[in-house]
Amino acid sequence: MENTPEKFKHIKGWGIDADPKNDPTYPMKRRTNEEHKGYSWERPTQQPINIEVLHSNERPNVTAVFGESVPPSGLSGMIRRFAFKYSENSYLHWLPLLVADRVNVVEGIVEDFAGGKVPNIFAEKGYMAEWKHNRTGLLTKMAVVAAITAAGVMLLVRKDDDDEY
Amino acid sequence: MLAMNYRGPKRVRIDEKPMPEIKHPQDAIVRVTRSCICGSDLHLYNGNVPDTRVGSTFGHEFTGIVEEIGSEVTKLKVGDHVIVPFNISCGQCAFCKQELYGNCHEANPEATAVGAIFGYSHTAGGYNGGQAEYVRVPYANVGPTVIPEGMDPDDAVLLTDVVPTGYQAAEMAGIQKGDTVLIFGAGPIGIMAAKCSWLFGAGRVIVLDKEEYRLEFARNYADCEAYNFEEMDDPVLWAKKQTDWMGADVCIDAVGAEAAGNVMQTITGRKLLLQAGSATALHWAINSVKKGGIVSIVGVYGPTDNLVPIGNVLNKGLTIRANQASVKRLLPRLIEHVQNGVINPKGLITHRIPLEDVADGYRMFSEKLDNCIKTVLIPPSARM
Ligand SMILES: NC(=O)c1ccc[n+]([C@@H]2O[C@H](COP(=O)([O-])OP(=O)(O)OC[C@H]3O[C@@H](n4cnc5c(N)ncnc54)[C@H](O)[C@@H]3O)[C@@H](O)[C@H]2O)c1
Ligand SMILES: [Zn+2]
Ligand SMILES: [Zn+2]
Repeated sequence: MENTPEKFKHIKGWGIDADPKNDPTYPMKRRTNEEHKGYSWERPTQQPINIEVLHSNERPNVTAVFGESVPPSGLSGMIRRFAFKYSENSYLHWLPLLVADRVNVVEGIVEDFAGGKVPNIFAEKGYMAEWKHNRTGLLTKMAVVAAITAAGVMLLVRKDDDDEY
Repeated sequence: MLAMNYRGPKRVRIDEKPMPEIKHPQDAIVRVTRSCICGSDLHLYNGNVPDTRVGSTFGHEFTGIVEEIGSEVTKLKVGDHVIVPFNISCGQCAFCKQELYGNCHEANPEATAVGAIFGYSHTAGGYNGGQAEYVRVPYANVGPTVIPEGMDPDDAVLLTDVVPTGYQAAEMAGIQKGDTVLIFGAGPIGIMAAKCSWLFGAGRVIVLDKEEYRLEFARNYADCEAYNFEEMDDPVLWAKKQTDWMGADVCIDAVGAEAAGNVMQTITGRKLLLQAGSATALHWAINSVKKGGIVSIVGVYGPTDNLVPIGNVLNKGLTIRANQASVKRLLPRLIEHVQNGVINPKGLITHRIPLEDVADGYRMFSEKLDNCIKTVLIPPSARM
């Protein structure tokens, strides 16, 4: 409370009923009101920033440590950079990130092929587990997909036929 | 080293990846002995968490042996077998000093609202996770705790998340002696919350889910009542009737963004991503609790918006308490509970599989195949 009385002197009765125990988060935190002092704590050593780290614009800097996995790259990286121009309060932050994630999936497939690797989608989707524990479910799912594909193909073929006339 | 590699929604595989390195004087490199798949991983797996980059390694629940330490690490030594809390926290910021270790301000540059979590997208700091042979563990003086002599590593690995989260769910619910506690979700977290509700003196503990095998498991594991919400016309009305028309004293949401049970929520929240996940369980929790009651949320939602009846929160005078579990704060007490046999974490484990089978592990957990409750991945070096 030390930093407040001066500031609130003009407010009659300020704080006279303050009760630290009346805290809906009690006892989930050991209340110290440290944050009233602002971003002023002694910071841990800064991890050297030698990769691109996008940081929220709701903070002034990169945190003392950060994860170094997959820095932004390619088209998805450009979209992510755009997203970080907006605060966490904005849809323009989160929606582009979701779009970037989807673009990134395509980039991942391209990267696999470029590296001479054909992704085994069946294995990646864990269908072996379905085959073992839910065979009828998997077969039904495959039959449905096959039926829809067949129907789609038939429609397209029909359309082509029509075009000829 | 071998590590799980995220390739896109519902596509993961095991790959060779470079070994992690010390990047900061307080880092440690840990060789993983156990890692789990969590309900939280499903939000990533389904592609619902923004900024989940292809090539990331997931996994925030792991134990391991310290292989290497940075120059400022004083509390651990090479060879220590440690429990690594899922939150990464500095121990120095205003929030860590208040024991809000799930809300550290010096570990996640990408989002101020979110603490830092191992293997949990760039929205949680961009760290590689523990579904791998080795992991970089930042702030090694703060989080990691040496596994006490004689503790089974299967118990230890569940102390990284499931036990503290279930416990904190009950703690935040402010349970008073004799209270009726209504828990949504019979996954590992809901089941653990049910178990822990008794520790706070609950008078009645009820769990709702739609998976019969999980309800059965919850009844046996947590000595609670457990019912299938798919057999109810209206779970909220059911809850009112169960509580002499008052509503439960407290409700716990242990489901989060992947909730089933309401078509509109499922389509807008899980298919179209127009909201940050489906908020069905939270909706039910708010409407099932008594006036002046408490809703405790540990189920995870995304960073945008959800459709919940906030008007009823107001009109009923509810208190909502929610957080990522503060694992470090709770560990000493929970280790005691495990050692005294009050909590039996490894009793939740139904599947132990090689790390290499991670893709099948995800599918099995996500689709609830083979009566799966909790899956532990074991890397090759820990199988010898
Ligand atoms: N706050 C934290 O610190 C923290 C830590 C770990 C996990 N979590 C979150 O807790 C939640 C549960 O985790 P889990 O590992 O038990 O996941 P899980 O997916 O195994 O369990 C969720 C359960 O909820 C059930 N369910 C679905 N819709 C429901 C509804 N409308 N009502 C009742 N039950 C419903 C599902 O059938 C499933 O059994 C997840 O959202 C996870 O992200 C939070
Ligand atoms: Zn978890
Ligand atoms: Zn901190």
